[in-house]
Amino acid sequence: MLLNASGCLDALAAPDVARSLDAFVTKTVTPLPRGGNSPVRIAETDVGMLNSIGLANPGRDRFLAETLPRLRELGVPLWVSVGGFAAAEYAETCALLEDVTIELNLSCPNVDEAPESAAEIVAACRAATELPLYAKLSPATRDVAETARAVEDAGADGLSLVNTIRGLTLDEHTLRPRLGTAVGGLSGPALRPVALAAVWACYRAVSLPIVGMGGVATGRDALELIAAGATHVALGTVLFADPDAPARVRRELAAEAVARGFAEPSHARGVAHAEARSLDARSRVEVEKALEFGPNLPLDPQDSGASIPRRGDEDPGAGAGSIARPAHGRP
Amino acid sequence: MVTRRAALSVVGVEPVGPYTLLRVRRGGLEPGRPGQFFMLEAPGRLLPRPMSLCLAPPGELAFLVDPIGPGTRALCALGPGDHLRVLGPLGNGFDLDVERPLLVGGGIGIAPLPYLSQALGGPPAILGFRSPRHAEAAALLPRAEVVVEPTYVTEAMPLDRDVLACGPEPMLEAVRRLVPDAQLAWEAPMACGYGACYGCAVEIDGELRRLCVEGPVLAAARS
Repeated sequence: MLLNASGCLDALAAPDVARSLDAFVTKTVTPLPRGGNSPVRIAETDVGMLNSIGLANPGRDRFLAETLPRLRELGVPLWVSVGGFAAAEYAETCALLEDVTIELNLSCPNVDEAPESAAEIVAACRAATELPLYAKLSPATRDVAETARAVEDAGADGLSLVNTIRGLTLDEHTLRPRLGTAVGGLSGPALRPVALAAVWACYRAVSLPIVGMGGVATGRDALELIAAGATHVALGTVLFADPDAPARVRRELAAEAVARGFAEPSHARGVAHAEARSLDARSRVEVEKALEFGPNLPLDPQDSGASIPRRGDEDPGAGAGSIARPAHGRP
Repeated sequence: MVTRRAALSVVGVEPVGPYTLLRVRRGGLEPGRPGQFFMLEAPGRLLPRPMSLCLAPPGELAFLVDPIGPGTRALCALGPGDHLRVLGPLGNGFDLDVERPLLVGGGIGIAPLPYLSQALGGPPAILGFRSPRHAEAAALLPRAEVVVEPTYVTEAMPLDRDVLACGPEPMLEAVRRLVPDAQLAWEAPMACGYGACYGCAVEIDGELRRLCVEGPVLAAARS
């Protein structure tokens, strides 16, 4: 299914755009209201855009009392992005939510991080709610797959990959930072290969559904993320330039999938990993080394009952809970 | 509120001093209220550029563009027959229910004033520019008194009028000090124009709020 990336759409300001998605992901909600960072908060670069919004939001109480009821009237399945500055803050917000999917923002590059690890935050939230929990991870770690395994073990139901990565842009005349905070989160086309690599690595590491996002602007971009292992795809920066992107990307995605022999885009999930099938045995060993596979993970799906990776034929939405499935029936 | 987005064809690209008047076919888009803006696709760039409507000739929309960066330069390099995607009208325009209007503009900030002038029946205007060449843009509206730096618009501005102004931030601050209830059209970097990106936040009534949703024309004090 097709979602928006958190912070890239206000469903109340643009309800038609939200309704063109299979689910709407809110801007991150923190316990206390936040005005966000001082302007300037966005800057375009040649390869993407930088933002330093800084989690502007009305705070948990006002969100629950005012924003959430209005969002429910839209009739679109809701994902609430939850943020905080300590594991307990995340967990408190999770405990107050009902009938939504939760995305834990564990990776905003524009604010200070909680002292706990991603897995500790997920564990705290898992203890606080039975709602589907997606962990949104940063690709800017040494090994995102290791984090993915840790949050899976801690009880996450899915992964959202990826958040923005830190970047800097300077004014061409003054050579001073263009953003008020100097450094901000880089999104758009430059993030796309980074997102693909993270989805690729996590698909091999865990058996969780994955929302792939990062620079998706076309149906082919979306299909590539699915091929790398994404179950769902989210649109971010492209929505700023093109509010009609959801319908267009959906259309393009279906056509791109069919053109490659997949009746449904979801059938392409993970096919990027099947590449090794065509290699001879010796090359496969080289590839195995290069990718640092576990020693017993077969590269050829015919080697064992399992395909590579291990969930090739699984229903793409499995494990995501009923909220995670589009209520209005689009694939 | 997302209004409409359409691919519009360029009718004309005319120099106005150092600026460019970009005229496109209206397509299915409404011109909206003076002071409202449109997001114009900037060819080859990731993000569209916010432009207030300068003129609304029959069947056309016209925007005054200052080629100061890669996006605006790409817009000025368009030619007749080229297409660009345009979203709008967006935001809140000027309140036209005024008794003794005076238009005040500075530099490229005069962009929304020609259309505003037409809507108000050609009231007097005071326009400030940094050079005589920039001041050629004053020809876009009638009854314009022009001042050129080092003279500022605030030095020539009568204080007993309903001021509707657009210009650089220091000019707007100076106008507001003299006429606290002036309607001021502000500017901020903007990725989307329809409330999605939160990039255009400015301090309004002591809070950071989105200029594209609350403005760009603000009657109350901005901070």
